[in-house]
Amino acid sequence: MFVILDKKVLNEQVTWLTLDAPFIARKVQPGQFVIIRIDEKGERIPLTVADFNAEKGTVSIVFQAVGFTTKKLAAMSVGDSILDCVGPLGCPTNFASPKKAIVIGGGVGCAIAYPQAKALKNMGVETTVITGFRNRDIVILEQEMRNASDSYYVTTDDGSYGEKGFVTDVLKRLIAAEKYDLVIAIGPVPMMKFVAETTRTYGIRTIVSLNPIMIDGTGMCGGCRVIVDGQTKFACVDGPDFDGHKVDFDSLMRRNGLYRNEEDHACRMEGAVNG
Amino acid sequence: MADMSPYKIKMPEQEPYVRNKNFDEVSFGYTAEMAIAEANRCLNCKNKPCVSGCPVHVRIPEFIALVASGDFLGAYEIINQTNSFPAVCGRVCPQERQCEGKCVRGIKGESVAIGRLERFVADYYMQNGSKGVKIAPANGKKVAVIGAGPAGLTCAGDLARKGYKVTVFEAFHTAGGVLVYGIPEFRLPKKIVASEIDGLKKMGVEILTDMVIGKVLSVDEIIEMGYEAVFIGSGAGLPMFMGIEGENSLGVYSANEFLTRINLMKAYLDDYDTPIRKSRSVAVVGGGNVAMDAARCAKRLGAEHVYIIYRRGEAEMPARREEIHHAKEEEIDFKLLCNPTRIISDETGAVTHIECIEMQLGEPDASGRRSPEVVPNSEFILEVDTVIMALGTSPNPLIRQTTAGLETNRKGCFVVDENLKTTKAGVYAGGDAVTGAATVILAMGAGKSAARSIDEYLTQKQ
Repeated sequence: MFVILDKKVLNEQVTWLTLDAPFIARKVQPGQFVIIRIDEKGERIPLTVADFNAEKGTVSIVFQAVGFTTKKLAAMSVGDSILDCVGPLGCPTNFASPKKAIVIGGGVGCAIAYPQAKALKNMGVETTVITGFRNRDIVILEQEMRNASDSYYVTTDDGSYGEKGFVTDVLKRLIAAEKYDLVIAIGPVPMMKFVAETTRTYGIRTIVSLNPIMIDGTGMCGGCRVIVDGQTKFACVDGPDFDGHKVDFDSLMRRNGLYRNEEDHACRMEGAVNG
Repeated sequence: MADMSPYKIKMPEQEPYVRNKNFDEVSFGYTAEMAIAEANRCLNCKNKPCVSGCPVHVRIPEFIALVASGDFLGAYEIINQTNSFPAVCGRVCPQERQCEGKCVRGIKGESVAIGRLERFVADYYMQNGSKGVKIAPANGKKVAVIGAGPAGLTCAGDLARKGYKVTVFEAFHTAGGVLVYGIPEFRLPKKIVASEIDGLKKMGVEILTDMVIGKVLSVDEIIEMGYEAVFIGSGAGLPMFMGIEGENSLGVYSANEFLTRINLMKAYLDDYDTPIRKSRSVAVVGGGNVAMDAARCAKRLGAEHVYIIYRRGEAEMPARREEIHHAKEEEIDFKLLCNPTRIISDETGAVTHIECIEMQLGEPDASGRRSPEVVPNSEFILEVDTVIMALGTSPNPLIRQTTAGLETNRKGCFVVDENLKTTKAGVYAGGDAVTGAATVILAMGAGKSAARSIDEYLTQKQ
């Protein structure tokens, strides 16, 4: 059993939960994920780790309540327990040694981009964060992201907060003006696709974190297969990070829609970052 | 004088048209009268060929003689001395290629139904046997077992019986390995697996679920925690795909994913949350037990048409005879001697058809089976909305990637000596993680051998 130690409602749909998970907390690194199951009849859903504290033995997850399980999870309170939490799964992000990096988070994807920005800043990398949201009401983790970056930009589709427009508008401006050697993009699949298209011409190394359907998270089901550089990869063991310039985003979007018609079920990673 | 009927006593089972709509067990098992009658068919022959056919050398004629005399609990004692999980083996062993394949009665007529008798005895014990468990005096030594499947559980049980304190680390949320995620309820009820695992827990075996070794803990860290030996029974979990066009279309599953959703996650029951797509027409590719299980599950979930596509003939199918027979009775459509060439999908990416090509059998290959060859220009198309790939599996790389000094071969299987010792001191391995995908009983046999080797190693180490 994994006890919920802290709960923060980040916006109407997005919730932050901190779990008591000492074994995982000792090992987890940015980019890795856990699989949780709320109760005996629950489904297994993958959620990327948004924060962790090895000393306190805690792991935090952030999710959007869009599917059956994420809605159930959002309704839970501090002191409640979830039955299973497995991890850390997937490969940690390979940052290499960049000098100047841009971390982009779209919507609830911000929560997953947060540990990446934090890690880069701690490594002494000059870190710029760009976050994008539909409107002012759903902006999340602004203060955290400011703390984890040297410069911070926020965009909204309707201009109700920060700059009006998309994260790629800011990105284009920044990379045209100065030299960056790493871009990390986490968010809706179309956003990651456009970020990768934007950086491709500049030849900037671009990492994206993918979010396909999966069950076990250890390479067993093959449900999370994605096409990267023309080859089939399993996001759970080969990823979830991949080279954004090599991912077949269109096939990923199709696969993520697989269970859209099956009643209330939604078991996409991050509870639908793609929302 | 033995009963010289050339036929096995039939085991009562659900009618095909009833059972292909439910997940209840297909066979009801023998009654005591049937078991005694069948046991009387055994000649109790001197050289006991059946025993040599059993990977764990169950003393078959001895237990059958006790069944014939009505001493069912005595029969259980005999079986249990060499087989930790007879209720499982009686149901899933390929007896026709093991004990029953060697039975003298099989020369003229049908062999003695050894598997059915084993199942009867084990089920009888579960209902009527002693609930008390003998707990061996602790010897103060800790052993870790990685993987709670047939190999790991057998190894854990044998070591616990010798007084070792055993901890089993399981990646899934439920212990049992392939017995819970792979083999369906209608072939092996999960309450039987749970009851066998409860027996181990009563013996003092500790089972820690949700522990992916190689991620949350490394093998070296386990050793640092004070475990004096480690057994790796992590199985062969990675599904293979064909690499044909359209394989990533919507509606193409690995058999692992399809079966895990159904068996482990219980997607077939309304009150469980895991989804499974409703299929109308399904093609299962492969000819092993896993292919039969997937096809029969698809039928039970309501598919109108289910094909098995296999590139060789029926005689070459690796599945148990009984499963092939049951699948046919349940209206699974066997497309033999053909092989998929591509999967066709619509504009949304969803599967609409599978294209296959006819095959013919050529010269025997390395496995001794005649290798299939393509019949040129013989392509044909089947209308399907789901394709399930049941082509076999390969070992999971998580442990080998995170453990220094643990040698693996070209296929990623752990390299072990005749005592199942790996290239790393104190670390043993067995089951599919060593052999590649094989059977439950071979994995159990490996678990037993490894337990023996670990006991010798730790006794000498003293």
